Amino acid sequence: MIEIENVRKSFGTLEVLKGIDLTVKKGEVVTVIGGSGSGKSTLLTCINGLEPIDAGRIKVDGTEVHAKSTDLNKLRSKIGIVFQQWNAFPHLTVLENVMLAPRKVLGQSKQAAEEMAVKQLTHVGLGEKLSVYPNRMSGGQQQRMAIARALAMSPEYMLFDEVTSALDPQLVGEVLDTLRMLASEGMTMICVTHEMKFAREVSDRVAFFHKGVMAEIAPPEALFGAPKDPELQKFLAATH
Amino acid sequence: MFNYTFHWNQALKALPQMLDGALITLQIALLSMLIGVVCALALTGFRLSGNRALSGFATAWIEIARNTPALFQIYMAHFGLGNFGIHLSPYTALLVGIAFNNAGYLAENFRGALKAIPDTQARAGRSLGMTALQAFRYIILPQMMRVAFLPTTNQMVWAILMTSLGVTVGMNTDLAGVTQELNARSFRTFEFFALAAVIYYVIAKAVTLAARAIASRMFRY
Amino acid sequence: MFSTALTWSDLAFLAQGAAMTLAVTAVSVAAGTLLGILFGVIRVQAGPYWSMPLTFVLDVFRSVPLLIQLVLANAFQSIAKLGWAPFTTSCVVLSLYTAAYCTEIVRGGISSVPATTRRAARSLGMTWWQDMRYIVAPLATRVSLPSWIGLTLGVMKDSALVLWLGLIELLRASQILVTRLQEPLFILLICGAIYFLISFPIARLGGYLEKRWSPND
Repeated sequence: MIEIENVRKSFGTLEVLKGIDLTVKKGEVVTVIGGSGSGKSTLLTCINGLEPIDAGRIKVDGTEVHAKSTDLNKLRSKIGIVFQQWNAFPHLTVLENVMLAPRKVLGQSKQAAEEMAVKQLTHVGLGEKLSVYPNRMSGGQQQRMAIARALAMSPEYMLFDEVTSALDPQLVGEVLDTLRMLASEGMTMICVTHEMKFAREVSDRVAFFHKGVMAEIAPPEALFGAPKDPELQKFLAATH
Repeated sequence: MFNYTFHWNQALKALPQMLDGALITLQIALLSMLIGVVCALALTGFRLSGNRALSGFATAWIEIARNTPALFQIYMAHFGLGNFGIHLSPYTALLVGIAFNNAGYLAENFRGALKAIPDTQARAGRSLGMTALQAFRYIILPQMMRVAFLPTTNQMVWAILMTSLGVTVGMNTDLAGVTQELNARSFRTFEFFALAAVIYYVIAKAVTLAARAIASRMFRY
Repeated sequence: MFSTALTWSDLAFLAQGAAMTLAVTAVSVAAGTLLGILFGVIRVQAGPYWSMPLTFVLDVFRSVPLLIQLVLANAFQSIAKLGWAPFTTSCVVLSLYTAAYCTEIVRGGISSVPATTRRAARSLGMTWWQDMRYIVAPLATRVSLPSWIGLTLGVMKDSALVLWLGLIELLRASQILVTRLQEPLFILLICGAIYFLISFPIARLGGYLEKRWSPND
């Protein structure tokens, strides 16, 4: 379970998160929508401790992320995150990209890591690309590799930060299909996205962020069907 | 204009001696690169350390190495250190001078290489649960090596060319030194130095080609 | 307190040496740059195949130690009875040495101008010369200037080697004083400081220009 309580975060004088409360239960899929600069991406990097927070707290399975005593590296191995920019490691093949963290962080044997990597890569449809270097692949393929790389750590939670925003339109579909598949398999996910149709289909709940505040959160039918917040109404009108 | 008879035979007879000198040249260049790389890594670390004394020391070294002649640096090692009662042999002075110079230029290369790797790479590693050290070791360093490889081999060629400066501080065992000794005995300056030039050229090209071959095997991406 | 036998006239002697360093550098860089521009344009125009002989010769200048080149040139001028003074020989060698590096800088600068830009110029009816003069030259200069500054400083530092031909430039002048006064460290430090004061500000300017003119800002 991910528990976010009254989290505040500023960059300099700009407050990007103004007291966020959100609880995500095991197996739940929550998508976060909102305009750029609404703070939705920052929240994800706070959840796995890549960014410090100024106030409030975030607990993952009861462990407080920003407590000094928390072993962040251990925690991060159970929270996978995939970014807008896939950040493939260019000097490693696809297989090596996926095997690196399980071997070095989890201390898995080469054989076990390879088995897992092949499984995950096949899962995202890259079983044929094992020995290819990332720069020989399309953005969509690299992004799917990044997803497999995170999955190979056997995470209990997955965070997706606008994973389709940097892709050419024709490549968006293949990545969203991968996310849909994960959702249907019961993975606990928080997805920041601009893809409204996708949000409507996969989410258990959709959260709308506006200027650092979670203005509305509801199941997709309610949020898209009968939006209450005036900013959300404007936002939905503009995106459709 | 040319009432001069070239005596190439005399020079060719000395070829084995000169090739022995070439080995010393290569030895000094390699040693100076080895010391230079180690010092450059330390200097790069010092600059990133955030400690003002260490980063000041590193900056001073790098700027002096890059903004004064290599020959001056060799003179400092040979004559300048005499003030402290340190008297280096020509071989050591040459090695110290070139290694100092290499370290300065290489440190700058390494810094450039580090800058060329986007921060997001380390971030991606950290988000997979790696420690900062692991992210550096497995993600940043291998990519840095690729970026820094070509400038480093260029520096190796420079190191080979710089060894010839040893002759000005009395070095007589490397290629330039041997050539100068032969010249002093025979006064066949042009022939001997032309042969030396050919040998230097061949060594420089061999190093460049070898580096390219190594790079294409090492960096397949 | 620190005491030294160094007199004002010794300092003047060092200054003369520095003037010689600058003179050799100025002549060589000027001549070398002109040659480098010429060779660079030839390399681009002739293509890699036809310019191979030129490329090879220039590569030799970059792959043989400068000291050896100086000795060879001096021996050659004596064999050929050209009667060149050490200053002339030094400048000739350093000019060719500069040209060898400058050619690559110029070539790089010209090739950095996108072919589409040049085609646009030509399609407006500009001649080859006009295209070169008004389009390529200004753009290529921007790209090349930082490297050219680096080259100039490199030649300034490498010009110390002409002492081997007996020219009394800055380093040789220092060495003469060291022999006479037996204060190697102090005198060499002054010598180094002079080199540094000439080189460092210009190097910084080059770095600044490179940052400011880099294509991604």
